[in-house]
Amino acid sequence: MELVTQITLNHYLTLSGVLFIIGLAGVMLRRNIVVIYMGLELMLNAANLALVAFSRFGVAPNLDGHVMVFFIITVAAAEVAVGLALMVALYRLKQTTNTGDLTSLKF
Amino acid sequence: MMLEPLTFWILAIGLIAAAWSVILQRNPVASALSLAAGFVLLGILFLTLGSSFLMMAQIIVYAGAVMVLFLFIIMLLDLKTEEKRPVPYARLTVAVLIAAAFGCFLGTALTALPRGGEVLSWSRPAPPMDAGRIGELLFSKYVLPFEVTGVLLLVATVGVIMLGKKEAK
Amino acid sequence: MNWVILLAPLVSAVLITLVLHPLRKISAGVSVLACAVSFAASVKVFLADGAGSVSAVTWLDYPGLLTVTIGALTDHLSTLMLLIVSGVGLCIHIFACGYMKDDPGISRFFAKLSLFMFSMLGIVLADNLVMMFIFWELVGLSSYLLIGFWFERPSAAEAAKKAFIVNRLGDFGFLLGILGVWWAWGTVDFGELKNSVSAAALPAVLAQNPLAVTLIGLGLFMGCIGKSAQFPLHIWLPDAMEGPTPVSALIHAATMVAAGVYMLCRVFFILELSPQTLQIIATIGAITAIFAALIATQQNDIKRILAYSTLSQLGYMVLAVGLCATSAAMFHLCTHAFFKALLFLGAGSVIHALHHEQDIWRMGGLWKKMPITAATFLIGTLALTGCPLLAGFFSKDAILLAALHNNIWIFGVAIITAALTAYYMFRLFAVAFLGQARSAAVQHTHESPPVMTLPLTVLAALAVVGGYLGQQAYLGQPHADHAGGGLVLWLSVLVFALGAVGGLWLYLRAKSERVHVDIFANKFYSDELYQALFVNGQQLLARILDWIDRWIVGGLIVRGLAVLATVSGEILRLVQGGNVQAYATVFILGVIFLCYWVMVHLQHLF
Repeated sequence: MELVTQITLNHYLTLSGVLFIIGLAGVMLRRNIVVIYMGLELMLNAANLALVAFSRFGVAPNLDGHVMVFFIITVAAAEVAVGLALMVALYRLKQTTNTGDLTSLKF
Repeated sequence: MMLEPLTFWILAIGLIAAAWSVILQRNPVASALSLAAGFVLLGILFLTLGSSFLMMAQIIVYAGAVMVLFLFIIMLLDLKTEEKRPVPYARLTVAVLIAAAFGCFLGTALTALPRGGEVLSWSRPAPPMDAGRIGELLFSKYVLPFEVTGVLLLVATVGVIMLGKKEAK
Repeated sequence: MNWVILLAPLVSAVLITLVLHPLRKISAGVSVLACAVSFAASVKVFLADGAGSVSAVTWLDYPGLLTVTIGALTDHLSTLMLLIVSGVGLCIHIFACGYMKDDPGISRFFAKLSLFMFSMLGIVLADNLVMMFIFWELVGLSSYLLIGFWFERPSAAEAAKKAFIVNRLGDFGFLLGILGVWWAWGTVDFGELKNSVSAAALPAVLAQNPLAVTLIGLGLFMGCIGKSAQFPLHIWLPDAMEGPTPVSALIHAATMVAAGVYMLCRVFFILELSPQTLQIIATIGAITAIFAALIATQQNDIKRILAYSTLSQLGYMVLAVGLCATSAAMFHLCTHAFFKALLFLGAGSVIHALHHEQDIWRMGGLWKKMPITAATFLIGTLALTGCPLLAGFFSKDAILLAALHNNIWIFGVAIITAALTAYYMFRLFAVAFLGQARSAAVQHTHESPPVMTLPLTVLAALAVVGGYLGQQAYLGQPHADHAGGGLVLWLSVLVFALGAVGGLWLYLRAKSERVHVDIFANKFYSDELYQALFVNGQQLLARILDWIDRWIVGGLIVRGLAVLATVSGEILRLVQGGNVQAYATVFILGVIFLCYWVMVHLQHLF
């Protein structure tokens, strides 16, 4: 019962891990590049959650975790912009966003 | 007293459901909308941890800008609902195994964590976490990464413009 | 002075090869001149009689271990040998000017001839075993070059190879012998060896291993077996007749093949230590003598008859060394050099006149056409067969006498060989020079030019008087004074008469071969035997090694590695499916593995 009523750091970390694994599964299983990207965003957010939780509960609670999350959000925004631009370029070239059809790396 | 667990569980279940929805929806637009919901829920979770600034940043940047970008691309590329393909059981098995392994790893890590069992309580004073303090940190201790991030954004902008341009014939 | 002897031919060889090559006549002249200079210097050294004097330059010096000099040792043995080599060499050089006149490669020929003279004189002058071995090999090289002088003829190229390879076998033994000498006495210098070698005071290593003395002796004798073409390794000498005839005369009759005998005399004080070695040497010599004489009775090629005769006479010399009669051996070497060079040059004169016809059954009646050649050839024949009062008579009797005193069996063999020698030489003379002309070429031939007949005359004179001169120089007293001398004298005259009469009687009016003995005509099948035993065996070995190389080394190892790389590449290629997600999956696997590893192994860091 305590597990449900007492919310601890572990709860947040577990939630973060579950989110991360779901994102990971998306990256591994989905074929649409846009959705794979969404999986990546989920994983980033899971990490953010863990950072914020540590920042609140950590051995010496402070704001460093927050600053880290701030940077992650910034970089993720840049990454999404570049990634989506790449996707547009790719689509122009191949007329598809399905990874099953993008096999030019095959030897 | 039961406010904290109640809030947490509602948010957690909603977040997991949204995440599931992201990776299971066949329609990319539905995935994107689920993701937006997830972002918002996560922002609220940040708030439960006492970080209002990050909640705002999360909602503005992610649920706002990033999601708009996603939707914009989906519309631009005119992505259709994925047609049903036979379930790739081999890949599915591998993915599940990897996820399980990762889960085991996380579980092992959590049990070894000190202070993992510290209980969340809103009444107990959290360290001061307002935007002002984060700003101070950014312009003092983290000024170099901050500047570099600015350069990164600039480079990303230039790169995106270059990528978006039609190839000169 | 000693260096002039050695260096004059070398200078000539280098000069001709590098500068004078296009000038044919000048090349020949330079070579003859060099030989003449060597001869003059040899005469001067001989007259000066600097007994045992050495002028040496240290070449390798490892104090207490080995000192090798390049030196010129001029004692009784070497000065006489110098005279023979340079004197006979000079005659042959002059003869070659006429014989090779029309050959396009005359400059090359004389360059090689000079190189040979240099090497041969080096052997004679060598003051230690290592230097001797070096020149020994140089002689082998120049012999190879000269046998293969007409290398465009496959048979000549084959013969050159054969001579070279067979000689290597002997030289290997020689090298082992030299190493043995160094191991036992710690020096290779003849002078030092002579002082330290004695049967009474053997070094400890030899006193403990009596067999080693014999083995060292046999090793040195191996060199002689190869170079002097003794019995098991005799096969190269008859084939060496593929070379130009002056080469056969100089190298394969008068000088190089005698180098083996010379070397045996040089190191005789080592051979002497082991009676078994001497026994073996004498036996090998006797076998070679009679074996080659028997083959010579059935040959038809004029040069081959002379080649087998040379083998037989070399057997005589070796036999004499084995019987401790080194001065008799050297005496015979000397007279043999005169008359065998004479015979070869006579044969060369005939061959030249008949446009390279060598079959004696296509000659005949040359006596009238080429009187000088025929007369000198007759003198050579008489000298070789031991006609009384000519050179061979004295030297052969000296050997027979030594045999009689030492070993009656060997004496018997030697006597029979003497009879056979007279028989086959008179067969040759009767068929080639007497009787009727048997081919058109003979009828249109004429005497050779003076440049060729002059050396013949000089050598003929030497063949006549060589016996008297040599007896003084080598033996010191008239040979008939020894006990049993009378018996030997009469016996040798008897066998000479028997053989000569037999040969003349059978072949004087013969139109074709009268006596057929296949086994002699086929050289006791020795070539076939070698083919079967060694060449085929070696071929088999080569084939096995080829198989191993092809399938084990090349196939399994080299190609196997390539196949392994290809197969593993093909397998790994399957991973490269081109699916980025698969790559991501593997990447994540790696990350997980890394995390586990860090947690398990680096726990203490947290």
